[in-house]
Amino acid sequence: MALFQAKRRNILPGFGLSMGYTVFYLSAIVIVPLSMIFINTIPMGWEPFLNAVTAPRVLASYRLSFSTAFFAALFDGFAGLLTAWVLVRYRFPGKDFLDALVDLPFALPTAVAGICFATLYSPIGWLGQLLSHWNLQIINSPTGIVIALVFIGFPFVVRTIQPVLEEAEQEIEEAAHCLGATRWQTFRKILLPHLFPALLTGVTLAFARGIGEYGSVIFIAGNLPMKTEIAPLMIMSKLDQFDYAGASAVALVLLCISFSMLLLLNAVQEWQQKEYRS
Amino acid sequence: MSQPDTNNSKAPVVNKRISDPQSVQVLLIGLTYLFFIGFIFLPLGLVFTQAFQKGWSFYLESIREPYAIEAVKLTLLTVAIVVPINAVFGVSAAWAITKFNFKGKTALKSLLDLPFAVSPVIAGLIFVLLVGSRTPFGSWLGEHGIKIIFSTPGIIIATIFVTFPFIARELIPLMEAQGRDEEEAALTLGARGWQIFGKITLPNIRWGLLYGMILCGARSIGEFGAVSVVSGHIRGQTNTIPLHVEILYSEYNFTASFAVASLLVFLALLTVVIKNGMEKHFHKNSLHL
Repeated sequence: MALFQAKRRNILPGFGLSMGYTVFYLSAIVIVPLSMIFINTIPMGWEPFLNAVTAPRVLASYRLSFSTAFFAALFDGFAGLLTAWVLVRYRFPGKDFLDALVDLPFALPTAVAGICFATLYSPIGWLGQLLSHWNLQIINSPTGIVIALVFIGFPFVVRTIQPVLEEAEQEIEEAAHCLGATRWQTFRKILLPHLFPALLTGVTLAFARGIGEYGSVIFIAGNLPMKTEIAPLMIMSKLDQFDYAGASAVALVLLCISFSMLLLLNAVQEWQQKEYRS
Repeated sequence: MSQPDTNNSKAPVVNKRISDPQSVQVLLIGLTYLFFIGFIFLPLGLVFTQAFQKGWSFYLESIREPYAIEAVKLTLLTVAIVVPINAVFGVSAAWAITKFNFKGKTALKSLLDLPFAVSPVIAGLIFVLLVGSRTPFGSWLGEHGIKIIFSTPGIIIATIFVTFPFIARELIPLMEAQGRDEEEAALTLGARGWQIFGKITLPNIRWGLLYGMILCGARSIGEFGAVSVVSGHIRGQTNTIPLHVEILYSEYNFTASFAVASLLVFLALLTVVIKNGMEKHFHKNSLHL
């Protein structure tokens, strides 16, 4: 049977129209524009492509984007698990307020987040002043990038764990208690394995988002060559020099990384569903 | 439709045997508050203290300055075009995906997740590569007097790319849950296609549609990376609100920058409030990208 062709037993009208429009729209907005990356990279040839994506500055930017996104996602894993746990299991003043504000990083324009963190951690900013007592400099350093990415990725982790935690059957915890397990044992041996797939999904989402993030990072990063230039910024600066092929090459590698993250995520989600069934 | 029911909301554990000791609770709640203070409250507080640093009159001046007003106008224009276009797409994609079975449905659904995996800078780049003035198609358009990149249409297209899945992703689970029975009943009673859609489907999905449009609108207002690539940063012409914030900031005009940014913060807080209100109403807790 051909792709996108309706199987039988569809009696409702409008398949041709809605499907046709959807496919047309996706082609025009997504597929054709995205294919431009390949179209602009292929004529480069293998050698110049390799040269473009393995230039020291570009390699340094990949390393930076990758490592900062990784550490930020890791931190989000802890902070997100903690927040989800507290919001689902405890009763305390301001709970609904915090629950609502979890979504703020989704809703706040990234540029605004960027200038906020850059100002907070600047040498005369509220937190920058405090940290300068210990000679810690956050701004213009990878740590600053991690802080911005922690903010961006945080809601992904909370919002994937929260529903799983809400639906977790507490009878199992009670049973563990009756069998003599301590709270910590119950958490480690029963709850954590149950939450782990969701936690992994959330962390992967935060990581994938962090690799491509631009607006919130560039203000606090300082964009020093070889030190705090993220990969999306490399694309930007190649574009500014009208080096379209170079920009596409850097983008292609970044896209491949992001897509493999997405594939990995799908695998995780399938595994998660299997876990649920068993 | 689900009933708003406040008594039935997930009650925290009261069972003593499986609740954590008081000291652990206090510690964990304290840590959570600490995280929120550092990552949410301080940034929010900073925006407003910085914005009003030079007083009310300077604040009002910053947001009423001609370039700021032009930026607001451009952003509103973008939202007014992007949201309806994506709403039509969202309804159409959700109708095709939820009312029919076909091969390639999973592939189509994962295409809807795509912009999420694409860096905003790449989202801008692809349109520069497609219709920029140095490309064949772009120069052909240029000869006919159509300019897309470094002008308003480019900003709109890039924003459409970044926000196209929001409404569809909101509608698909909703329409999947509602099933096809009502539409099929209408069909057997002799209703025609558009009648079914207008009288059955649309009323059923109206809140989800509205909600998706709000999320899409919020993201359209705030999109920075993609728009930054295609805009060209021409003041008064191709500057959206976030780009205006960036320019003011990079000119060390911090107070004005935060004043304009505070408008975006108000909108973000409003979005969060609406989102939570609607989620409480519909008893759902899903992930929105």
